[in-house]
Amino acid sequence: MSEAMHTTSAVSAAHGEHHDEHHGHHKETFITKYIFSQDHKTIAKQFLITGIVWAFIGGLFSVLFRLQLGYPDTKFPILETLFGHWAAGGQITPEFYYALVTMHGTVLVFFVLTAGLSGTFANLLIPLQIGARDMASPFLNMLSYWFFFGASIVMLSSLFIQTGPAAGGWTIYPPLSALGEASIGSKAGMDMWLIGMALFIVSSLLGGLNYISTILNMRTKGMSMTRLPLPIWAMFFTAVLGVLSFPVLLSGAILLLFDRNLGTSFFLSDIVVNGQVLPNEGGSAILFQHLFWFLGHPEVYIILLPAMGMVSEILSVNSRKPIFGYMAMLGSMFAICILAFLVWAHHMFVTGLNPFLGSVFVLLTLLIAVPSAIKVFNWLTTLWRGNIRFTPAALFSIGFVSLFISGGLTGIFLGNSTIDIHLHDTMFVVAHFHIVMGVASFFGMFAGVYHWYPKMFGRYLNNTLGYIHFWVTMIGAYLIFWPMHYEGLAGMPRRYLDKRGWVSFSQFGDLDKMITVVTVIVFAVQLLFIFNFFYSIFKGRKVTTQNPWGANTLEWTTPIRPGHGNWAGEIPEVHRWPYDYAKDGRDFIPQTEPVGANESAH
Amino acid sequence: MQSFFVIAILVLGFVVMFQIAKASEYVGILRGEEKSRKQSNRVNAFLLLVFLILGLIGVYYCNEQLKDKILGPSASDHGILVDRMLYITLALTGVVFFATQIALFWFSFKYQESDKRKAFYYPHNNKLELIWTVIPAITLTILVGFGIFYWFKITGDAPKNAMVVEVTGKQFGWEFRYPGNDGVLGKKYYKNIDAAKNNPVGQIWDDEANKDDIFVEQEMHVVVNKPVKLVIGAKDVIHDVGLAHFRMKMDAVPGTPTTMWFTPLYTTKQMQDKYGKDFAYEISCDQMCGKGHWSMRGVIVVDTQEEFDAWIAGKKPQYYVAFPDKDPSAPKADSLAKPAPVVASLTTDK
Repeated sequence: MSEAMHTTSAVSAAHGEHHDEHHGHHKETFITKYIFSQDHKTIAKQFLITGIVWAFIGGLFSVLFRLQLGYPDTKFPILETLFGHWAAGGQITPEFYYALVTMHGTVLVFFVLTAGLSGTFANLLIPLQIGARDMASPFLNMLSYWFFFGASIVMLSSLFIQTGPAAGGWTIYPPLSALGEASIGSKAGMDMWLIGMALFIVSSLLGGLNYISTILNMRTKGMSMTRLPLPIWAMFFTAVLGVLSFPVLLSGAILLLFDRNLGTSFFLSDIVVNGQVLPNEGGSAILFQHLFWFLGHPEVYIILLPAMGMVSEILSVNSRKPIFGYMAMLGSMFAICILAFLVWAHHMFVTGLNPFLGSVFVLLTLLIAVPSAIKVFNWLTTLWRGNIRFTPAALFSIGFVSLFISGGLTGIFLGNSTIDIHLHDTMFVVAHFHIVMGVASFFGMFAGVYHWYPKMFGRYLNNTLGYIHFWVTMIGAYLIFWPMHYEGLAGMPRRYLDKRGWVSFSQFGDLDKMITVVTVIVFAVQLLFIFNFFYSIFKGRKVTTQNPWGANTLEWTTPIRPGHGNWAGEIPEVHRWPYDYAKDGRDFIPQTEPVGANESAH
Repeated sequence: MQSFFVIAILVLGFVVMFQIAKASEYVGILRGEEKSRKQSNRVNAFLLLVFLILGLIGVYYCNEQLKDKILGPSASDHGILVDRMLYITLALTGVVFFATQIALFWFSFKYQESDKRKAFYYPHNNKLELIWTVIPAITLTILVGFGIFYWFKITGDAPKNAMVVEVTGKQFGWEFRYPGNDGVLGKKYYKNIDAAKNNPVGQIWDDEANKDDIFVEQEMHVVVNKPVKLVIGAKDVIHDVGLAHFRMKMDAVPGTPTTMWFTPLYTTKQMQDKYGKDFAYEISCDQMCGKGHWSMRGVIVVDTQEEFDAWIAGKKPQYYVAFPDKDPSAPKADSLAKPAPVVASLTTDK
C-alpha cells in the first residue's frame, strides 16, 4: 500500500513539473529567452525586428534608384563616396540600378512582406487568439526564424561581393539570370540569391506547417472554427497557400542552379551570347516563368491575406461594431485562396502563350474581383453606423481599404489580356502592384503593429508620431503611385533608368522629379516610425489595463506582459464568436463570457 | 556640403517632431486621456473628409495635367480595340472607384465616435451579400466577354496577304529579316550565327528560300494599311517587342518563336505632320534584358507602298553580302578577294 502511495506522489510530482513548464517557471537564460527562444511571442518580435531592418534596406534602395529616375542628369558626389565605381562620377551605373531594383523587389516581397508580416503576426496572434500556450512545435517555430535569419545573411552578403547582387529583376527570368556572360548580376550574386531563397522557402514551410497544425489542433475549449477571429482564418489560408506554392518556386530555383552550374538545359535553348554560341538546346525559358508564377501569384495573396484579416479585426474593434458578414468574409478568403492557384499565367499573356489558354486565365483572373468586391463592401458596411475610434491602427486600416480599392480596380485592367497587351511591363504595372500589394500590405502591417504593440511590449507607441506617420504615408503613397499610371498608359516600360533618349517616353521628366521628392519624404517618415518603435519599447507610455482597446478576443485576457505559456492559470474557455460589439446595448462582450439566457442570437 | 545640410535639416526636423509628439503625450495625460483622445478623434475624422475632397480634386487635376501626355489615338487597327476595351473598363471601374472611395471616407467621417450615438449591431444580411456578389459578377462577365472577343480578334491568324518580317532581339538592339521576292523566310539554325561571316541571324544557306532574304538593323519599314506579321525571336535573353503607338507587344524568347500581327493606319510622315518632326514609331524592349535594357530602341518607319518598294529595292539580299562572288550585280573583281572562307563556310553549314 505504501508502494502505491509512493507511485501516486511520483506521478503527481511529474504532473506538477509538467504544469510548471507550461507556466514558464523554468530557468531562462538570456540566450534561451531572447535569442534561441521557443516562445512564439519572442519569435514574432524577432521576425518583426528583422523585417524592419530589411524594410529599411529595401526602402533605402528605392530612394537611391528614385534619385536616378527623378534626376538622371544630376550628379550626387556622395553616391560615389558611398558606393565607389557602382556610382562613378556621382551617377548610378545601369548595373547598379538594376541591382537596386532587383534587391528592392526581392527584399520587400519576401523578406519584409512575407516573413516580416505573416511571420510576425501569425506567430504572435495564432496562439494568443485561439487560446493555446504556444505553437504545435515551438522548436520548428524557432528553426523557422533561424532559417530566415540564415537566408537574410546569405542575401545580405550578396550585396558586398565584387560582382554585386542579382540584377535580373526580382522575377529572375532565365536566360538572363542563368548566364553570367549576359549580365554581371548573373554571376556569383545570382547563386547567392538562389541559395538565400532556398533557405527562405525552408523557413516559410516550417512556419506554415506549424501555423496550420496549431490552428487545426490546439484551439481552446469552445473555440470552433467559426468562432475564430478573422486574422486567424487569414493566417490559415496564407499558410496553406505558402505550403502548396513555395515548393514549386524551390524546384524552379534548384533547376536554375543546375542550369547555371551543372550544364543542364532546363531553361536554355538556342542561345548566342556576346558572339559565343552555347551548346544548350531543347530547354524552355517559358517553363521557368510557369514555375515562378505558380508561386508568384499566390505570393501576392500570401502578402495580402494577413493584412486583410488584421484589417477586418481592427475595423470591427474600432468601429465598435461586429464585422459585417463574417461567413462571407470567410467564403471570400477561401475563394481567393482557391483562385490564387488558377491565375498565374496572367503574368504571361504576351510570352506567346496560346491565346485560348490566355482567355481561360482572363476569366479566372477577373473572377477574383468578385470575392475582393465582397470584402470591400463588407468593410464599408462594418464602418456604416459604427462609432469609430481613429486610433493609428484604425486609420491605417481605413487607408488599407482605400488603397485596396484603387489598386484592385487597376488589376481589372491588367487581368484583361486585351488591355494587358498595351500595359504589360509598363509603369502602369508598377503603380498597380505597389498600391495593392506593396503599400496596402504595408498599411495592414502598420495597423497590426499599432494595434498589437501594447500586447507585444506592454507599452504604447507614441500616438502623435503615429498620426504623422499615417497622414504623410497615405498622401505620399497616392502622390507617388497615382500619376505613375499615366506613364504606363503612355506605354513607358518599367525598369528604364533614363528616358531622355526616347521620343515617346521623355515627356514625364517633371512628374518623375515630383515622385522622387515625395519618395524621400515618405522614406524619412518611415524612419520616424522606426524610431518611435524602438524608443517606445523602452520609454513608451505603459499599458495599465488588460484590455486597452475594449476588444473581445482572447489575447486581451492574458496578463499585460504575458510570460511563456500566455495565461497564468487555466486557458479560458470560449462561448461565442469574437465580434459581439454593440450587442444588446453593451459596448463589447468578450469571447469568454457565456451566452446569457435572454440574449438575442446573432 | 549640400548633402551635409540636408542631413542636418532632416535630423533637426526629427528632433522637433519627436519633442512635439512627446509633449502632446504629456499634455494629453494632464488634460485627461479620454478628453484628448476624443479631440484627436475629431481632428482625424475631419482630416479624412478633407483627404477625400482634396483627393477627388487631385484626381481631376492629375488627369488635366497628364491626359495630353499619353500617346494619342492608336496607330493600328488592333490598338483601336485595345483602347476601346480600356475605356469600357475605365468607365465601369471609375463608377466603382468613386462610389466606394466616397462611401469609405464619408462613413468614416459621419460615424466618428460620438457620445450621442450607439453603434448599430448589424452582423450580417444575406440579401445584401447576394446583391454585391451578383452585381460584380455580372459586371465582370461583361468585361470578360468584351475582353475575350477583342483578344481573339487580335491574336487570331494573320490575313493571307500580310507581309512577314522577322524580328530578332539581342543585347541591346533589334535585327530584321524580310523574306524577299519568294515571300518565304529561309530556315535558320542558331549555331550558324556568326557576325564575322556576315550571318547575323544564322541563316542556312543551303535553303533556297534564304537566297533572297534581306537583313536590316535597328530600322524596320512597313506599309501603311497593309497587315504586317512579325515573327519574333531572340538570340541571347528574353526581350520584348513593345510598340506603344500600335498598342502591341510580344516577348522575344530564345528558342521559342512568337508572332503578332497588326495593320498600321498612319504613315510616319502623317504622324510627323501631326506631332512634330521628331515623331518616330519606337520599338521599346519591355522585358528586362540586362544593363542596356533601358536604351534598347528600334524604329519602325511606316511607308506608303511606293516608298516601301523604293526602300526595299535598294537592299541587297544577305546571301550576297555573305558571298559577294555570287552576286550577279557585283563586278567580278570583288568575288576574287576572299574566295577561301566562302567555300569553307558552305561546306560546314548545314
